[in-house]
Amino acid sequence: MIPPYDSVTVRTVAKILIPLIQVFALYVVFHGAKSPGGGFQGGAILGASLILARLTAGPGVSVHYLPGTSALRLGAVGVLIYGVVGLLSLFGGAAFLDYSALPLPGAHEDELHAIGIEAVEVGVAVAVACVMLSIFDDLAPTERPYRQGR
Amino acid sequence: MNWIGAIFMLVGAFFFIAGTVGYIRLPDFYSRMHALGKADTLGAFLSLLGVACCTGWTLLSLKIVLVAVFIIIANPTSTHAIARAAFVTGLRPWRNETEAGPQVEPPDPA
Repeated sequence: MIPPYDSVTVRTVAKILIPLIQVFALYVVFHGAKSPGGGFQGGAILGASLILARLTAGPGVSVHYLPGTSALRLGAVGVLIYGVVGLLSLFGGAAFLDYSALPLPGAHEDELHAIGIEAVEVGVAVAVACVMLSIFDDLAPTERPYRQGR
Repeated sequence: MNWIGAIFMLVGAFFFIAGTVGYIRLPDFYSRMHALGKADTLGAFLSLLGVACCTGWTLLSLKIVLVAVFIIIANPTSTHAIARAAFVTGLRPWRNETEAGPQVEPPDPA
């Protein structure tokens, strides 16, 4: 884990911006069916916010954001969400990822489409964010390459 | 409202041009950061504010204003981080050769 960034300005601004970036990522994910955006883009923004926390906050704080190998495991969960939604429609009697055959009683076909698309988007977003974070953790040095402070 | 937006965008374009001139003309990294960090922040902020004025009171203009606020927070911070990283890793500020002023010594990169 990288030690905290040795500048109060950067740390404070990152502290302010990280939740805003995460809210924006959720907006991109859940508004992706109607506007530009979607699972991959929202997941990339979410992963970027987590990486910003890793870069600035130090291990004392950013350990709460998916430490160790849990990022990789949660990424696998994202892939699982995607696959389960696809297989559910397969078991409903239609093609893979054909949302109109999702086994949800009492839902109109348009609603089924919306629910299915959003579920798949959430899976993609979780997978992308967690894999980005996991790649960063694998590549990141454990200390800064220059001496800190003055 | 359109005229106010146009004025905002023109002032923003002026700041962009000033920043670009500074980037081309100034001698070293720090002075270029000095020119671009402020001028581009204000240029982008004013341009987006002008666009928001032109779209009127809609949800779109609110989003544009949010982008402008984000830029005005994040841009100076990234400028600060980059300049700080350059100084800490030992890049020396440019000095005029004829002027024997006190040298600013960056810390040794460990």
